[in-house]
Amino acid sequence: MIKKLSSIIFAFALLINNVLAIEADIFVQSTVNRASQLLSENISKEEKIEKLKLIAKDTVDIEGIGFYTLGSARKDLNDNQKKEYSVKFEEYFLKSFSSRLAEYTNPEIDVFNKEVLNENYTIVNSILKATSERPEVKIDWRIYTKNSEQPLIRDLIIEGLSLARTQKEEFASVLSSNNGDINALFKTLEEFSNK
Amino acid sequence: MLIYISLDYNIRATMFKKITITLITTIALIVNVNASSDGELLLKKNDPTEVKECWEGFNRASFALNQGLDKVIFKPVASVYRVLPTPIKSGVSNSLDNLSNVVTIPNNILQGEFSKAGINTGRFLINTTVGILGLIDVASLIGFEEYEKEDYGQTLAVLGAGPGCYIVLPVLGPSTARDTVASVANFMGGDAWYNVTVKNETQYFSDFDYYASKVTAGVDFRAKNYDSIENLEENSLDFYASVKSLYLQDRQQKILNSKTIIDTQNDSDWEEIEN
Repeated sequence: MIKKLSSIIFAFALLINNVLAIEADIFVQSTVNRASQLLSENISKEEKIEKLKLIAKDTVDIEGIGFYTLGSARKDLNDNQKKEYSVKFEEYFLKSFSSRLAEYTNPEIDVFNKEVLNENYTIVNSILKATSERPEVKIDWRIYTKNSEQPLIRDLIIEGLSLARTQKEEFASVLSSNNGDINALFKTLEEFSNK
Repeated sequence: MLIYISLDYNIRATMFKKITITLITTIALIVNVNASSDGELLLKKNDPTEVKECWEGFNRASFALNQGLDKVIFKPVASVYRVLPTPIKSGVSNSLDNLSNVVTIPNNILQGEFSKAGINTGRFLINTTVGILGLIDVASLIGFEEYEKEDYGQTLAVLGAGPGCYIVLPVLGPSTARDTVASVANFMGGDAWYNVTVKNETQYFSDFDYYASKVTAGVDFRAKNYDSIENLEENSLDFYASVKSLYLQDRQQKILNSKTIIDTQNDSDWEEIEN
C-alpha cells in the first residue's frame, strides 16, 4: 500500500515538474516575441526602453552576468562592495541592453534548434532575419536552466561572439587601467548610467 | 682560374648543404609543433585572454587614428553603400569572397586540408565563369559547402605558432604579431591577386584594381556591421577593449574553423560564479 502510494506521489511529482518546466527554446521564442511585439508598438523610444527593462528583469540573470563579468576581481570584494556592485551593474546593464534593442523596429527572430549542454545550460540557436540593410545574423542564447521553472538568459552569442565575454574583457580593461581599483569601475558604471 | 672555379663550387656546395639542413630542421620543427597542436592546445593558445597587450599606448593611439579615419571616410561611404539595392551589395560581396579564394586555396593546402582546397578550387572556377566574375555565388546555389576564408596567419596558427602580442595597425586595424608577420606572405607571391595587379605588370590589371578591391572590402565590412559598430561604440565602457575582445574571439573561431559556441566559451568560466 505504502509502495503504491509512493509510486503515485512520485509519478505525480514528476508530472507536476514536467508541466511546470519551461523548455529553453520555448522560453527564448516567447521572450523574443514579447520584445518584438513591444518594439513594433507605436510608442516613444523612452517608453520602449522602460518596458524593455521590465522584460530584461524577468528573463535575464543580471546578477549572474554581473559576477561573471567581474571575473576574478569578484573574490577581492567584501559583502558591501558586492552589493554596491550588483546595484550599479544592474543599472548599467539595463540601460545598455535596452538602448541596444530599442534601435530595432520589429526584429524577426526564428528559434530553430537547441542543445542541452548539461543540467545547468542549454544553448538555443536562432536567426535574426536579414533586412535590406543588413545580412542574416546567427544568435545563440546561453540559457541557465538550473531552475527549470524559471530559465534565465546568461549570454547572447552573435555570430559566435559572446557578449558576456566581451563585457568581461572590457571590465578587466577598465580595472587594469586603474590599477585594479574597484571604485574606478563603480565610477565608470555610474557615469555610463547617468549619461 | 681552375682554383677559382673549384673554390666557387665548394662554396656553393657548402651553401647548398647549409640551406638543405636549415630546410630539413625547419620542416622537422613545423611537423613536430604540428603534431602537438591538437584542437585543445590550439583553443588555449588562441584564447583572447592569452594574447598579450605589449604596446597598449601605441595601440590606443592607432585605434584613435582609425576611428578618425572611419568617421571621415569609411562611415560616410558605408552609409551610402548600405542603402544600395541588395543585388548590388550581394554581387560586390560575392565577388570579394570569390577573389579571396586565391589566398584561401594555398592555405587549405598548407594546412593539409586537400579536400577543402579541391572544393574551393571548384567553387572559384564555377563562380568566376558561370557566376560572372564571382558576382553570383553559383557554387552555393548548387550545394557547395559554406565557404570559409583562410589566410597565412591562420596557417601559422594551425602549425602551432602562438598569436604573440595584440597590435592595432594604422588604417588596417586589429591584428596580432603572428598575423602581421604572416601577412607578408601575401606580398611575397602568396596572393595571386596581388601578383597580377601590383607585383607584375599585366595588360589586364593595374595596381588600382588591387587597392580598390581592398578599400571596397573595408567598406563592405563596415556597411554590413554599420548598426552593430555604432551600437557597440555607444554602449561600451571601453570601446577599444570591446573591439579587441571581439576581434580575438573571431580570430580564434576562424583558426579552429569552429562554428560551435561551446568551444569559444568554456563552461568553467560560468561555473566559478556558482560557488
